[in-house]
Amino acid sequence: MAEFSVMEGDVDIVIGALQSDLTSFMNEWRPIFSRFHLIITKDPHLKEELKIPEGFNVKIYQKSDMDKVVGSSLTSRLFSGYACRYFGYLISQKKYIISVDDDCMPAKDDKGFLIDVVSQHITNLATPATPLYFNTLYDPFRKGTDFVRGYPFSMRNGVPCALSCGLWLNLADYDAPTQALKAEQRNSQYVDAVLTIPRGVMMPFSGINIGINRELLGPTLFPGLKLAGEGKFRWETVEDIWCGMCAKVVCDHLGYGVKSGLPYVWRNERGDAIASLKKDWEGMKLMEEAVPFFQSLTLSPAAVTAEDCLAEISTLVKEGLGAVNPVFAQAADAMTQWMQLWKKIGCGPSSA
Amino acid sequence: MATPATPLLKDELDIVIPTIRNLDFLEMWRPYFQPYHLIIVQDGDPTKVIKVPEGFDYELYNRNDINRILGPKASCISFKDSACRCFGYMVSKKKYIYTIDDDCFVAKDPCGKDINALEQHVKNLLSPSTPFFFNTLYDPYREGADFVRGYPFSLREGVPTAVSHGLWLNIPDYDAPTQLVKPTERNTRYVDAVLTIPKGTLFPMCGMNLAFNRDLIGPAMYFGLMGDGQPIGRYDDMWAGWCTKVICDHLGLGVKTGLPYIYHSKASNPFVNLKKEYKGIFWQEEIIPFFQAATLSKGCTSVQQCYIELSKQVKDKLGKVDPYFDKLADAMVTWIEAWDELNPSTAPVPKGAPK
Repeated sequence: MAEFSVMEGDVDIVIGALQSDLTSFMNEWRPIFSRFHLIITKDPHLKEELKIPEGFNVKIYQKSDMDKVVGSSLTSRLFSGYACRYFGYLISQKKYIISVDDDCMPAKDDKGFLIDVVSQHITNLATPATPLYFNTLYDPFRKGTDFVRGYPFSMRNGVPCALSCGLWLNLADYDAPTQALKAEQRNSQYVDAVLTIPRGVMMPFSGINIGINRELLGPTLFPGLKLAGEGKFRWETVEDIWCGMCAKVVCDHLGYGVKSGLPYVWRNERGDAIASLKKDWEGMKLMEEAVPFFQSLTLSPAAVTAEDCLAEISTLVKEGLGAVNPVFAQAADAMTQWMQLWKKIGCGPSSA
Repeated sequence: MATPATPLLKDELDIVIPTIRNLDFLEMWRPYFQPYHLIIVQDGDPTKVIKVPEGFDYELYNRNDINRILGPKASCISFKDSACRCFGYMVSKKKYIYTIDDDCFVAKDPCGKDINALEQHVKNLLSPSTPFFFNTLYDPYREGADFVRGYPFSLREGVPTAVSHGLWLNIPDYDAPTQLVKPTERNTRYVDAVLTIPKGTLFPMCGMNLAFNRDLIGPAMYFGLMGDGQPIGRYDDMWAGWCTKVICDHLGLGVKTGLPYIYHSKASNPFVNLKKEYKGIFWQEEIIPFFQAATLSKGCTSVQQCYIELSKQVKDKLGKVDPYFDKLADAMVTWIEAWDELNPSTAPVPKGAPK
């Protein structure tokens, strides 16, 4: 259970709506979400009207709203499908953003209590991360634990945490081949830990359940890598994996931390992994190129803000990966367009 | 009464236990340890008789034995410090080692069931590690888990696991200053995970509940010069952990941490600990950046070669911090010489030299 008290005025909850009827989703999250401001961004391709129950402080953005702000061609290019949530990140003015997929429900912890994802993500973000040296008792700032013997004192202040990546019970975030092969497998392992991903280490960032310090990260989380055969299920996308690797490079360079672990959400069944297998394994193949690229990426000392870092990364992506697959060149272009939007509409340069 | 588990690798694994007191704790471990061979390294006064509970198959070495077996090379083995345990690694003839402190007992999992720590360590060592990309669902080879979306398929075979680092419930492994500030803190959180420590990331390795593949990494598990006549104590396992991790990263081997838990019953005196650790607390500020920046040349293809090269770097870069590191670098070389003498079949043959 998280110990940090959350100021409602600091938080936006951003939900990308890929289904029109959000009634049961919102009702399940009501105990946790109702005191916060919600931004719901509707997938521009979703035709039906959104159904949202009463009793929430919510602002909805549909295709027409997005078009007014960014123009219809950019709406289509940048905010389709799961990427519609990034419009929410753009438009928000709050310090923290919490985002969960619309097929997730609150989970229960190992003691049977409902997990307050907002509180846990904020605790993760508001306490330091420790990327410079691994603590074997995981997050040393959690109650009941500390740094272990052998942990250098000079590193015990930690660094600001910019990103909190939560996990999933029931349907874990597997790719289609894995889920198809292990059709009955459900994640029932509640691992009671938060840990910092060490500096220089890459990870597959899942956008399903995250907390962001928007003040620190600015435009770092962005819609970029759009697959040709991108679909309506997470198995059929890798946009979050891509942007997560960029974000990790930025965080490592600027001295911010990324945490992974608690909180858990309960992810519901949606889609058919075997049907998704029929689609091109485009995303899987792209990862084979993208991961080594990001692992070897270093940014120049001149890059001192998130914006600087992203600008450098987009150039390096174009140079290093553009020839490998046009999807990468398009991602670099999307990053550039995103940064221009951010300058215009986001809250200006983020803190270095 | 715990049900004995099916022994795994009972002819391939030795349990190394340093002791100065007694081995009563073995009674609780009997269901799990009895099938295995024990190597007991008796520290302190060699005239004291350490009573080993009936029914265990063991060999016991005291300081006289160490001196007799190693001769002048015995200088590399610490006296009056549990670091002497690494002598046990050297004399073992087995593929795997499990080492445990004599104040560590069988812990219970959240369901109240006794934890067979040895079985979990064996599972950890026999399944691959994944140091090149972090899996957010921790060990993908565990039943019920897998690689997550985005994990490159080309990295899913993993690498051989060299080290399995277990954790502790009850008395956590804190340093003296933390013990002084939080004397009553107990670790009650059972984190149900095993994970690979990523390549390039160092960690504080604790020797209380540790297993490793001796064939893969044994010579790197030197626990340094500690205790009597030395300016430092309680950094033996730390030193071995830093060297081991640099070498594992270089050779493409994996290090896991997490399960299993043991129950650590005895909190050592924090004032005594502070005296032992004092210099280490300052020195680690230099030592850790040294190991973080350490690289080994491509020509180093065996653990021994890596270790000798590392010892030269220790002399070169850490010798400036304190003359102790000069001595330690020499002791590292002595250790490798002693290891190769006692384990001739694994000694790397220099190119061109007759076998």
